[in-house]
Amino acid sequence: MKHFVFALILGLAFGLCAGKGVAQTAPQPASEVQAAAPSQTPAGQSQKLEGEIASAQSAGDNSWMLVCSALVLMMTGPGLALFYGGLVRKKNVLATMMQSFSLMALITVLWAVVGFSLCFSSGTSFIGGVQHLFLHGVGSTPDPTYAGTIPLETYMVFQLMFAIITPALICGAFAERMKFSAMVLFMVLWSLIIYDPMAHMVWGKGGFLNASLGGAFPTLDFAGGTVVHITSGVSALVCALYLGKRVGYPHEPMPPHSVVLSFIGACLLWVGWFGFNAGSALAANGLATSAFVATHFGASAAAIGWAIAEWIRNGKPSVLGAISGAVAGLVAITPASGFVSPMSALIIGFIAGVFCYLMVSKVKSRFGYDDSLDAFGVHGAGGTIGALLTGVFATAAINPIFKDSHGNALPVGWVDGHAGQVLNQLVGVLIAWGLAIVGTLIILKIVDSLIGLRVPEEHEIQGLDLALHGEEGYTFEA
Amino acid sequence: MKKVEAIIQPSKLDQVKNALHEIGVEGMTVSDVRGHGRQKGHTEVYRGREYNVDLLPKVKIEMVLPDRLVDPVVSTILSAAKTGKIGDGKIFIYPVEESIRIRNEERGESAL
Repeated sequence: MKHFVFALILGLAFGLCAGKGVAQTAPQPASEVQAAAPSQTPAGQSQKLEGEIASAQSAGDNSWMLVCSALVLMMTGPGLALFYGGLVRKKNVLATMMQSFSLMALITVLWAVVGFSLCFSSGTSFIGGVQHLFLHGVGSTPDPTYAGTIPLETYMVFQLMFAIITPALICGAFAERMKFSAMVLFMVLWSLIIYDPMAHMVWGKGGFLNASLGGAFPTLDFAGGTVVHITSGVSALVCALYLGKRVGYPHEPMPPHSVVLSFIGACLLWVGWFGFNAGSALAANGLATSAFVATHFGASAAAIGWAIAEWIRNGKPSVLGAISGAVAGLVAITPASGFVSPMSALIIGFIAGVFCYLMVSKVKSRFGYDDSLDAFGVHGAGGTIGALLTGVFATAAINPIFKDSHGNALPVGWVDGHAGQVLNQLVGVLIAWGLAIVGTLIILKIVDSLIGLRVPEEHEIQGLDLALHGEEGYTFEA
Repeated sequence: MKKVEAIIQPSKLDQVKNALHEIGVEGMTVSDVRGHGRQKGHTEVYRGREYNVDLLPKVKIEMVLPDRLVDPVVSTILSAAKTGKIGDGKIFIYPVEESIRIRNEERGESAL
């Protein structure tokens, strides 16, 4: 009966949204640049040429941004799905992948209805408004505040992919023991209460932490170190502590059932991350190149850092360690990617590789929490250290984001002489931590009291694939 | 009729199988198993956590043979599978009560 009511409510809500959306969103005219009345005068020809140049610029930027959007979606499916899927026991592989996949669908609908508006329309310093509810006003016309050469709709769909992967990362903390229905409800609330405010504060108009739009505490976060990785990573830690350890942890061995799958997933994450970071330049320009290179260098140095640390401590560099290192580096370079030089990216990556290795191998066992897939150890920790190091290594030479009233570039990070930026970064980091901790606790309490969070012990032992989805990942005897 | 069951190193399977074919063994069942005798396992490390693996991959070959083939088969397996190190495996011999060919319901040694 409970399920029927739930399904009915969901169906009604969906129907309402679809109906309203169809009614409200009229197709926008394509923003073809209108040439002036046909004229052979130099002025008329010049204007026509300028229009064509702008068109060409838009074409380059828009095609790049659409590709980046696709790359970022690929990071969730199959990137993260494989990465996480390989790390769990065989009996839970499908359930783990389903968490990522379902969010691809779920967050999309939520984003279309209200998420995009809450993040990117004007509201307060902490949350957006309802201007773009049901994607009202989101079409082929650019919004110059965000990206002047691409349709706002492109910007919307690009940002959507970030909104999808962020909650998916949290799943690493409660893998192998969370109810699917509870995860769905948790993620809807998380997206609204934690992601949307944080994204608005850092990237939205009037956002409290927005570095490019004059926020009170400008936190440099090029592609989402605070918005994506700290919020999800810290939230993951809260979930791991609240839900408790898996049955049998830590005595029962629970090695990854397929490092091969995780390997493939990690490589897809690395390649996809070019869309994540370089795409955050929002144009096909030199800054995108800079972010692309920084991303790649950060991943490389971090893989080496983790591998070296492991080689020293364990005598052998493991494949799982190397790929985890690369991911840690990608996380850390995310906030820094459009602000730092390639050499700084190498340094940031190496530090993150070693730091996250220690977090995962020493700190986790020391404190005994069951962050099953190291969502906190890699994303929470990596995002934090990356955000702080951004304050150190950000330079106007790469990205003159701060300008004085005459338009002259101001020092950005410590290497430019502006050590105070590290403090600004700290403010952003603390807000992200605070929002994640408080918000997650509230949401966990709500979901727990409504429908319960954890599967019963028999389901956990049987395996979630069978218990929650009625399927087996591998039936090789067939 | 006797059943000969041999647990051997996976890397020795081809050698043992070919040697058995050469002395006239016509039927066998091979399965992938895990186990240990006195051989020590190994340690695997994932994300800093150690896992002791003491059940090692082996191959089990089972054959039901007429009595006259048992000794030749045992010597063949011994010479093909032996490396001299711990972990080489074991051979067990069991009596068999009856054997039946499913295709034509033949019984006894001629069914082997």
